Amino acid sequence: MGAIYRREVGAFFTSSIAYVFLAVFYLAAGYFFFGSSLAMATTDMSNLFSSLFFVITILIPVLTMRLFSEEKKQKTEQGLLTAPVSIGGIVMGKYLAALTLYTIGLAIIFVYALILSFFGAVAWGIVISNILALFLLGAAFIAVTLFISSLTENQVVAAVLGMIVLLALALIDVVARYAENVPVVPTVLNALSFYTRYYDFTAGLFDPAGVLFYVSTAVIFNFFTVRVFEKRRWS
Amino acid sequence: MIEVKHLTKQYGDKLAVNDISFTVEDGEILGLLGPNGAGKSTTMNMLTGYISSTSGQALINGIDILEDPIKAKAQIGYLPELPPLYLDMTVMGYLNFVYDLKKCKLPRRSHLKDVCNLCRISDVSGRVIKHLSKGYRQRVGLAQALINNPPILILDEPTVGLDPKQIIEIRTLVKKLGKKHTVILSSHILSEVQEVCDRVVIINHGQIAANDTIDNLSKAVSGVNRLVVRISGPKNEVLQAIRAIDDVTKVRADMEREPKIFEFEIEAKPDADIRPALNQMVKEHGWDIYKMDLGVMTLEDAFLKITMGEGVKLSSEKSSAPAAEKSAAPAAETTAPEEPAAAPAEAEKAETPAEDAAQKQEGGEA
Repeated sequence: MGAIYRREVGAFFTSSIAYVFLAVFYLAAGYFFFGSSLAMATTDMSNLFSSLFFVITILIPVLTMRLFSEEKKQKTEQGLLTAPVSIGGIVMGKYLAALTLYTIGLAIIFVYALILSFFGAVAWGIVISNILALFLLGAAFIAVTLFISSLTENQVVAAVLGMIVLLALALIDVVARYAENVPVVPTVLNALSFYTRYYDFTAGLFDPAGVLFYVSTAVIFNFFTVRVFEKRRWS
Repeated sequence: MIEVKHLTKQYGDKLAVNDISFTVEDGEILGLLGPNGAGKSTTMNMLTGYISSTSGQALINGIDILEDPIKAKAQIGYLPELPPLYLDMTVMGYLNFVYDLKKCKLPRRSHLKDVCNLCRISDVSGRVIKHLSKGYRQRVGLAQALINNPPILILDEPTVGLDPKQIIEIRTLVKKLGKKHTVILSSHILSEVQEVCDRVVIINHGQIAANDTIDNLSKAVSGVNRLVVRISGPKNEVLQAIRAIDDVTKVRADMEREPKIFEFEIEAKPDADIRPALNQMVKEHGWDIYKMDLGVMTLEDAFLKITMGEGVKLSSEKSSAPAAEKSAAPAAETTAPEEPAAAPAEAEKAETPAEDAAQKQEGGEA
């Protein structure tokens, strides 16, 4: 697992995906930070966080698109799967590598909060819980898109499919609103909503159920990815 | 030691590998031979745990690859058909990655250096893999398999895409490795297997068609003495005369290789040497022998015989004439001694059109 993790983090930087991801993320975060905090002369960062929700639905698939699809295309997965490591170890190595890069991106928000603290009182509790929410959301999304990457051998397909799925997940509660007259459906959809839970965090509500929701999503999709490999081996 | 017991792989209703069993002893080099699509790679993929088997068992040093995959895989160094190289890494970076991946405990620097020297990639160790030629990539693939000194090496067509010099190098290397490791090597290049391997398993249509040492295999398939001779003289008469020699079981007249000189393929009973008799006969008729070759049954002949004779195994009665000669000119085939009365007559009938033409030609010239 350690070897795969180190290789993937290195590969992010040699393949320039890391630079693209970080540049676009910093650009978007900087833009929203400037627009909603600096220009408005406020230390309230909630607007920044709700905007970032949609930024990462676009960016995370770019981060994970290559991870498994390229292995399959270049037949390098044969090397991994015949090495004395478990499939779970392979998936975790790749997952943690993507999560590491994502965390490097998130770190900029902490810097923004530090900048704001020079101009006024920052509600650190809210900021930290926001960053935590963004981290958890990313952790769940990375697992989902990593799973998608394991299904195809074309990284573009993986990226596009990933964006569609993440946007669909993000818009679940919009659908729920339109379906409010239908019995049961809105309840189910709201229970699955990524955005509502995220919104609670940006409003400063720390919800353990939300934490559990994101963590279990990540666990389930990583498990699915493992199953994809197991199934391919056995079919 | 590798034990393969009734290994079967089914894709839908296609049987890719059907009930294969064989054993490879420690320190043995086994050649896995077969035409394209015979199931060589599938077998190797099952042995290395890349894919599972539908039924059957593969034991790597006594460990079932499906029951304890991690422990079993640690015993194996595998070079797949396409070396699993990360093109954007340097050779050294990649080998370091494999070193970590295999959880190698040997001293890192000296071990990697040894492996690089063995595969002769020390001079490219700092280069990015995607800039390397096919031959170098193949050798990096081999180096990857050798890391952590696995007792078992499984090499899928290790010399494919290499130039002749590199092929010889790799063969020498495999032979050297075979002294300390158990090696399975797949190939469709027969001379390679003949040169490198102790024993051959021939796979055809997913089944084992033969499993023996190379010497035995050649003997078993040939079972007769073969001679290829060129004799000056009228084709038909020579044919008759050869047929009349004791112990000759089969004569085949081939095309006119040189002006007025025909080539004949003669098969005699095992342990019978017909060369003196043949000389005697030729002298008596006033003809001359221009060439005489011992047609030793090569692995190539054995292979063709086994894989071409659909379903017919070692007992195949078909002639093993190489494909090139089959297409060459009118060839006549007869079997003489068993039915001395009937055979010559039949043979003459079969031979007439081509031979008439030949005789007319000769007549005209005379």
